[in-house]
Amino acid sequence: MASIWRYLLAGLGLAALLAGILAIVYLTAPQSAPGTDVSRSKKTANGLFVASFQPERGVIKQGELQSWLLTLKTVKGDPVEGAAISVSGGMPQHNHGLPTSPQATDYLGEGRYRIEGLKFTMSGVWQLRFAISAAAGSDTVVFNVVL
Amino acid sequence: MSRLSRLLALVAVLLVAGCGKPDFSDAEKKTIASLALNALPVLKPDTTNRFADVPAAAALGSTLFFDQGMSHDGNVSCSTCHKIDRQFQDDLPQAVGVGRTNRRSMPLAGVARNPWFFWDGRRDSLWAQALTPLENPLEQAGNRAAFAHYIQKRFGERYERIFGPLPDLSTVPANASPLGNEAEQAAWKAMTAAQMDDVNRVFSNIGKAIAAFERSIEPAQTRFDRFAIDLASGAKPKADDAFSPEEMLGLKLFIGKANCVTCHNGPRFTDNSFHNTGVPPVKDLPLDRGRFDAVAQVEADPFNCFGAFRDGDAGACGELRFMVKDAPELMRAYKTPSLRGAATRPPYMHAGQFSSLEEVVAHYSAAPAAVEGTSEVHPLQLSDRERAALVAFLKTLSE
Ligand SMILES: [Cu+2]
Repeated sequence: MASIWRYLLAGLGLAALLAGILAIVYLTAPQSAPGTDVSRSKKTANGLFVASFQPERGVIKQGELQSWLLTLKTVKGDPVEGAAISVSGGMPQHNHGLPTSPQATDYLGEGRYRIEGLKFTMSGVWQLRFAISAAAGSDTVVFNVVL
Repeated sequence: MSRLSRLLALVAVLLVAGCGKPDFSDAEKKTIASLALNALPVLKPDTTNRFADVPAAAALGSTLFFDQGMSHDGNVSCSTCHKIDRQFQDDLPQAVGVGRTNRRSMPLAGVARNPWFFWDGRRDSLWAQALTPLENPLEQAGNRAAFAHYIQKRFGERYERIFGPLPDLSTVPANASPLGNEAEQAAWKAMTAAQMDDVNRVFSNIGKAIAAFERSIEPAQTRFDRFAIDLASGAKPKADDAFSPEEMLGLKLFIGKANCVTCHNGPRFTDNSFHNTGVPPVKDLPLDRGRFDAVAQVEADPFNCFGAFRDGDAGACGELRFMVKDAPELMRAYKTPSLRGAATRPPYMHAGQFSSLEEVVAHYSAAPAAVEGTSEVHPLQLSDRERAALVAFLKTLSE
């Protein structure tokens, strides 16, 4: 009889140990957004362009106005010139839009457009949606930026 | 000791380590470090105000800040509502100058770091902000022509040493302003463009001097900051700096489940942005739509960053240039206030709606719908113990 209790207790103990380890793993896991596509280069929704989106100075600083570069190429790799670009977005998980109204302010050549006035005021997943209109047609692309 | 009891002891240790309050994950530690005062960057120069860091300008600004002569009735100064011994606020639900206003006075620690001023951001620089109460009939109730004459009479020499020669004001009416009463507006319209420009120049320099003074008002280190430094370095906190289990729980909730840190982020505990959080309006006060109405006001302000009185180049005007002008979330959105020192300065919110931190936390826990626009806050159902813990943590930002 006593041995059954021993096994039962040992089993309970092991279960508690497992729970403890799981709790530690869970509590120390980085708060990322699993499954969020954070690629900085992708095809636009209808496959008209290949867009890349990079912070102009390499780093993202929370709470500061900053510029990013949107580079537009055709699928063949030619730069897209004279594109009209509008920017929208927000934080889908928080149900709010962007705290600023970023704009494409400059064309830098080789398909590169400066997007000025971006500001990320909180951590989490930010979504930036570009509507692009050029000689080849109109298309959209969405980038996720995780802070 | 049997093998079994040794195993159980190990389990107990692991459970305490995994679930006990004092432990913070690496992600939590990173967040806590980002809130500490030592994460506050050095104050950036304000290129729109070339006198911002001129000591003589700050000294004159300090004189003007406390000078009741800077009002229509001679009884009100900036310091009437921004009291130096009260964190530069006045403990009232709505500020009282010459009359009773419709908004809570804001404390000034770290004010020079704001991109937007007032609860609704209707001004875009510290110096443009400082000009606004001077002419508000409920605050200092003056007019810019009278201020220009007053400066010449009382502080002419000091002014000229900083800003250069005063214009000839001998033909400028004693009282005139585009924002004044009927007589003052008529007097303003009768002035020449050159006279208007002269008066506006002196007036803007008053704001620049006051702003230079206000740049020196910075947040002080608190018990939370000492705790955060010890947590980051792994040092054992000194007796008084150690957090109680309740404060620890409050901090954990603040940066976790309660989502406070979403908006109250960074070393000033603010994202410098505007949010509708469903705070109810105060009965009998005029309609208040927050940021929604402030956009047009800051655009129309002749002293804004695009205006003729800005120093330096327009590169400093990014906030105004890329301002959100038209979005549903501007409705009844108000600036996220800093939480440093908040525990010792009730009442709370833009019109002093809540008289205690307990009420504030209860509001965010319940998250009622907004009367207009949509509240960004979602109900949390925090327990009594959790709400009390949040309040206990907030108090560490005032000690
Ligand atoms: Cu958000």
